[in-house]
Amino acid sequence: MQVTLKLFASLTPFLPAGAERNAAQIEVADGTTILSLLDSYNVPREHCHLVMLNGVYHAPEARGSVPVSDGDHLAVWPPVAGG
Amino acid sequence: MGWTGKILRIDLTNGTVNTEALNMEWADKYLGQRGLASKYLVEEVDPKADPLGPENKLIMATGPLTGTCASTGGRYSVITKGPLTGAIACSNSGGYFGAELKFAGWDMVIFEGQSPKPVYVTIFDDDVQIRDAGGLWGKSVWEADKKIKSDHQDQMIHVAAIGVAGENEVLYSCIVNDLHRAAGRSGVGAVMGNKNLKAVAVRGTGGVKVKDFKTFMDATNAGKKVLKDNAVTGQGLPAFGTQVLMNVINEAGAMPTRNGKDVQFESANDISAEAMAEPRRSDGKPNLLTNQACFGCTIACGRISKIDETHYTVQNKPEYWHASGGLEYEAAWALGSATGIKDLEGLTYVNFICNEQGLDPITFGATVGAAMELYETGVIDDKITGGIELKFGSSEALVKCVELTGKAEGFGKELGLGSKRLTEKYGKPELSMTVKGQEFPAYDPRGIQGMGLTYATSNRGACHLRGYTVASEILGIPEKTDPLETDGKPGLVKAFQDATAAVDSSGLCVFTTFAWTLEDIAPQVDAAVEGNWTVDKMLEVGERIWNMERIFNNKAGFTAADDNLPERLLKDAAKTGPAKGLVAGLDKMLPEYYDLRGWTQEGVPTNETLERLAV
Ligand code: SF4
Repeated sequence: MQVTLKLFASLTPFLPAGAERNAAQIEVADGTTILSLLDSYNVPREHCHLVMLNGVYHAPEARGSVPVSDGDHLAVWPPVAGG
Repeated sequence: MGWTGKILRIDLTNGTVNTEALNMEWADKYLGQRGLASKYLVEEVDPKADPLGPENKLIMATGPLTGTCASTGGRYSVITKGPLTGAIACSNSGGYFGAELKFAGWDMVIFEGQSPKPVYVTIFDDDVQIRDAGGLWGKSVWEADKKIKSDHQDQMIHVAAIGVAGENEVLYSCIVNDLHRAAGRSGVGAVMGNKNLKAVAVRGTGGVKVKDFKTFMDATNAGKKVLKDNAVTGQGLPAFGTQVLMNVINEAGAMPTRNGKDVQFESANDISAEAMAEPRRSDGKPNLLTNQACFGCTIACGRISKIDETHYTVQNKPEYWHASGGLEYEAAWALGSATGIKDLEGLTYVNFICNEQGLDPITFGATVGAAMELYETGVIDDKITGGIELKFGSSEALVKCVELTGKAEGFGKELGLGSKRLTEKYGKPELSMTVKGQEFPAYDPRGIQGMGLTYATSNRGACHLRGYTVASEILGIPEKTDPLETDGKPGLVKAFQDATAAVDSSGLCVFTTFAWTLEDIAPQVDAAVEGNWTVDKMLEVGERIWNMERIFNNKAGFTAADDNLPERLLKDAAKTGPAKGLVAGLDKMLPEYYDLRGWTQEGVPTNETLERLAV
């Protein structure tokens, strides 16, 4: 299945080749969770601060059990803020 | 200590300058800056006064930590009755002006009356003079800054000035200091223009004494370490600035887009922090040149940008090829998402013009967004816009609008009214995205419910800086709450509002609170000034300030009916994203908020509340 992986700010370099600015279309296997997906791209867990699946935040303790589905958008930021 | 203990009172009608001792009893109850100057304002200005009349006053006020070595201790605020809203206005700015005022020996300057002719004021330590501004009137902020420094042969002068927008009393004109730092909201620049006061130029050669030097150094150093070690204030903000929020808020489905018709902007990434840092196709250089800090700040979130010289906006205008204040999130949102425009270079140019002419980019962009909706729905046409094809997404239209608005020419004169008056004029008040007459900023309450209550109850009209619950609801600071939930938000909003009022009165930047709590701030204040400043006292002072502002507004004629949101947010559900199907649940939060505040359900502080807080 296809998932859009978006890595922002200092996490962008962890995107695979062929990514456009902050997003890459990636192929993932059934049963992939948020955590296993991010691990497979070597995104350091301690830098995954804001993790949104389809815009909805998932806390660190939930990331290992929330599966991703076909067409999902997974967006991740290190600690950031603004105002 | 921390205080100079002196304020300046400048009567522009009679051309007199007087000095007074700072009211230390009030300083103990209202701290400084926002709180203390608001106390002076509510004591001295009739809440029903015409904001654009000689009876209104304009106060420039520092806090106890302004000019000290506390990190971000360079802030000052402008307090007045705001012409955009008719409510109490307090606009906070960074840069170097506030610290310089303290170095010159003044905690606060109160401008009264109205000068019969254009003037500017120089404050060179104790030498304070009202001078003829005939040669400055009609000039931009940038030209005025340059001319004043050159006329007085001192490049170390710091200038706070209005541009032509303020001279023309554009209702959302701002006061710009240090070229691109602004007391931005509620039209404080129009009040200055109405007083015929073009600029205030300050040069100070003194220092700021603190109560207990050793404790102060320990407290401020500890604070700096917290800021440095915190990933947001130590890395995120300096590297990406506030603009990093563009994709965050868009992803969360809380990006007011095309005058609030949508909650996600398909081109958000084109105008984001990431886009600003990317080499341009045209010249291989990024829009963002570097970051920049205000006085004493160890965060340095400011953006300095350079526009692509081949871009249509500046192709033949080399005067805009230099580096200057770039897009911050709120400006990028208002000029970009609210209008559906994805032209990063064009937005940067418009932002430059807002700084140069002294316009609040939030209200300006949001007003153009409302005008675009009026145009696209056929309510106004080319005849009214003077031939501007005011379509969502048109960078050219936005550029024409900004060039006309500050000068109050053509359709720019109507845009200068702000969206409330503009849409009312054309019989479509529901298209104005305002509360109490002021445009709400870059967070859609349908996707961040707490911000709906924040906007509705903000004492200066819709604003994010009066209670930034986005920190909790989206960013997880200090702890994560669900942005789509209304439960628990009244308490959260009140806590943010009270704490922010205290921080705004200290001389510090509110961005420190991404890392600091009042536990970090109170010891710094306490070491600087007398008064036994504990966390509890700061919170009590914050709550007292909030109530004092509220009472002023109630007396000015505001009621609970004004604690409302634009109909669109309450009736039209979000179409996409996590908030799809949701409207702003203000009715679920407001009654509890009034209870928590100790107000009646009519939004009036009860006698018990007034006694408890000794307002
Ligand atoms: S954090 Fe940003 S806005 Fe605040 S004082 Fe520092 S540079 Fe200025």
